[in-house]
Amino acid sequence: MTAALAIDGLSVVFDDFVALQDVSLTVAPGESFGLVGESGSGKSTLLRAVAGLAPVSDGTITVDGKPLGDKRDKAFYRQVQMVFQDPYGSLHPRQTVDRLLLEPLAIHGFDNSESRIVRALDEVGLGASFRFRYSHQLSGGQRQRVAIARALILEPSILLLDEPTSALDASVQAEVLNLLEQVRAARKLTFVMVSHDLAVVTHMCDRLMVMQHGQAVEQLASADLAAHRVTQDYTRSLLTASEGFRRNG
Amino acid sequence: MNETAMTRREWLLTDRPQSRLQARLGRAYVTWGRFAANRLAVIGMLIILGLIVLAIFAPLLAPYSPYVGDLAKSRLLPPDAAHWLGTDDQGRDILSRLIYGSRLTLQVVVLVAIIAAPLGLLVGTVAGYAGGWVDAVLMRITDIFLAFPKLVLALAFVAALGPGIGNAIIAIAITSWPPYARIARAETLTVRNSDYISAVRLMGASPWRIVLRHIMPLCISSLIVRVTLDMAGIILTAAGLGFLGLGAQPPLPEWGAMIASGRRFILDQWWVAAMPGFAILIVSLGFNLLGDGLRDALDPRGSSQ
Amino acid sequence: MSTLLDVKDLRVSFPTRTGVVEAVRGVSFTLGRERLGIVGESGSGKSQTGRAIMGLTPEHGRISAEKLEFNGIDLTRASKAERRALRGKRIAMILQDPKYSLNPVMSIGRQIIETLRTHEPVGRAEARRRALDMLAAVQIRDPERVFGLYPHEVSGGMGQRAMIAMMLVAGPELLIADEPTSALDVTVQLDVLGILHRLVADRGMGLIFISHDLRLVSSFCDRVIVMYAGRIVEELPASRLSEAEHPYTRGLLNCMPKIGVDRHPLPVLDRRPEWAL
Repeated sequence: MTAALAIDGLSVVFDDFVALQDVSLTVAPGESFGLVGESGSGKSTLLRAVAGLAPVSDGTITVDGKPLGDKRDKAFYRQVQMVFQDPYGSLHPRQTVDRLLLEPLAIHGFDNSESRIVRALDEVGLGASFRFRYSHQLSGGQRQRVAIARALILEPSILLLDEPTSALDASVQAEVLNLLEQVRAARKLTFVMVSHDLAVVTHMCDRLMVMQHGQAVEQLASADLAAHRVTQDYTRSLLTASEGFRRNG
Repeated sequence: MNETAMTRREWLLTDRPQSRLQARLGRAYVTWGRFAANRLAVIGMLIILGLIVLAIFAPLLAPYSPYVGDLAKSRLLPPDAAHWLGTDDQGRDILSRLIYGSRLTLQVVVLVAIIAAPLGLLVGTVAGYAGGWVDAVLMRITDIFLAFPKLVLALAFVAALGPGIGNAIIAIAITSWPPYARIARAETLTVRNSDYISAVRLMGASPWRIVLRHIMPLCISSLIVRVTLDMAGIILTAAGLGFLGLGAQPPLPEWGAMIASGRRFILDQWWVAAMPGFAILIVSLGFNLLGDGLRDALDPRGSSQ
Repeated sequence: MSTLLDVKDLRVSFPTRTGVVEAVRGVSFTLGRERLGIVGESGSGKSQTGRAIMGLTPEHGRISAEKLEFNGIDLTRASKAERRALRGKRIAMILQDPKYSLNPVMSIGRQIIETLRTHEPVGRAEARRRALDMLAAVQIRDPERVFGLYPHEVSGGMGQRAMIAMMLVAGPELLIADEPTSALDVTVQLDVLGILHRLVADRGMGLIFISHDLRLVSSFCDRVIVMYAGRIVEELPASRLSEAEHPYTRGLLNCMPKIGVDRHPLPVLDRRPEWAL
């Protein structure tokens, strides 16, 4: 079976700074794969390199068996979409929800945009009353739902999620995570999800990769992580840290 | 009556608009509310509206012909009941000339704004978004234009193109776009790496589409403010060219040219030069007040919450 | 236990174009020399509660309280100058992101000295010595070097330690920490909390720890106050968080994913309008 996403020896260098060094991974179709690490680990850079937002200096990225060149074509963006971390920064401040959702349809020349927009809003649980609002009239959770609707409206098969809930309150996070799981099941999507929160990643993903300083530390199944079957010290320290503060620790 | 006004206000301010039109009107209403709360800005706007009305209805409002005066009886008369602002050395009524002159002033202002602002916007956003050598080339051209004093550069253009109001407008427009390009570029640089622009790139939008439909609308409000504030300077430059005899040619009632011709009598018949001076002062002030008000009303930092 | 802070019916409201927004609506609690956690989601009024005690409510905000007493000093009546004298000297505050709270054009050492000398008449050499001691106390390995660095030259964790050092150098009795570790990586987070824990215990300070993270707060504090829509919905000892009664607290605890617990979908919080009454 061809992998939905295969990355081989990927490196990203900004000027002199090596953000990502020789990272490889494969994600099967329909799988949900997690990237965990602290700031500066290169986890977001990896996602942005796949999306074409960060320069690839070495290595190959293959989507559905097709290697990607330097420039992404329109067809790529119908296959791969992304949801950003900060829902306050990822929606254009001067556009209504309607305009935001119409734009991808207009770019790709989709027909019956009217019904597609209504359906997209329904799918993320917002309904038509949100259609003509500006982003400043929405809460953080609602904005993230709009961002998800925008990513899904082109009917991609792979969704890249860059810390989609880290800026949200815990209760809203639960709602958004549930929504993501629901659309993944309904559309048989492949997820690649970045998070600093081990609990969120193990909840959402089947397998995950731990990253540090731009390099892969280890890859393991979520079940192994939950059972503390880890081989690297760094993973262990992340696991300990996620359990909260210990007074005598 | 009061009730319908309230519901219309609610319709505009609602959190859940039902149509594109309602959303847009609601936004405009909020902006207008912020603008109208600033009394000086409203005064500025009234001055500019007054100027427009004067220009449109000049033939109806002007008591005398602006071009033909009675050289025998009404030369250099001080302000009185017949000639409110006095007459000039050709016996022409100054008030009538000022009223007709408002057409020229408005023409200068509108044409310069139409030529310079979009040019600066285009150059600035393209330079800012493209980066690299495109940015370098466009901004060095901008720098060259900025290095010359505006009036001197305009003088050179008029000297090359020949005097006249049309050439003066072109000269002013060509010399006033660089600051707009600078502003638009700075604004573009702050938004080009934002997530919402990245999101549009991920939709597969072409660079032109991103610049024209997503970046330009964000730059427009600060540009409107800047253009409005610059209007006073543009009017003064036009007047300056007129004063030097390189702008509007006699007998056109251009305000700067009127001051120039009044210069000879400035000690004995002060009103000939002073009245057009006041007109320039008031209109410049009007544009400045309006620009300040627009800055507060359109400031994206204020509207984002 | 002596009472350090006594708050009764604290209210903070902000007039806006569309009406008055009540951020804090009648909050009451007392604080001794202990660690009190205030937990809530965004908009719960937890930060505004801390700011009101600190005297940092934005200009246009209105504060009223039946009682707002710090060590017998009535804060509602204190003049601006008196509040300023208290701030930093006896009540200190740590904010979320050290990037925004440290002065970018002044070296870390000078900022600490500046804070100290604002409140105490100490000589240069003495101030420098105490600043270096303080940096060592927040477990900065090479205090001499960090002393001369500027805020942009240090990492987030180091910056937050410097911030803590600056806030504690004048020896305050009450420390308000508003999301002090939320901007930090998890492993650094625990280091910083460990430092805070030791300093508070050693110096016998009172601590108000404001956070959105219920679990983190309960592992760190003695007592937890849960806020919702500007009110306290529940107050309980941190050790008995699992016995929380209010459906909001329980919902907040439940809705977070846990490692090794498989729940699909996650239980979501069913917000009841009566909680906000």
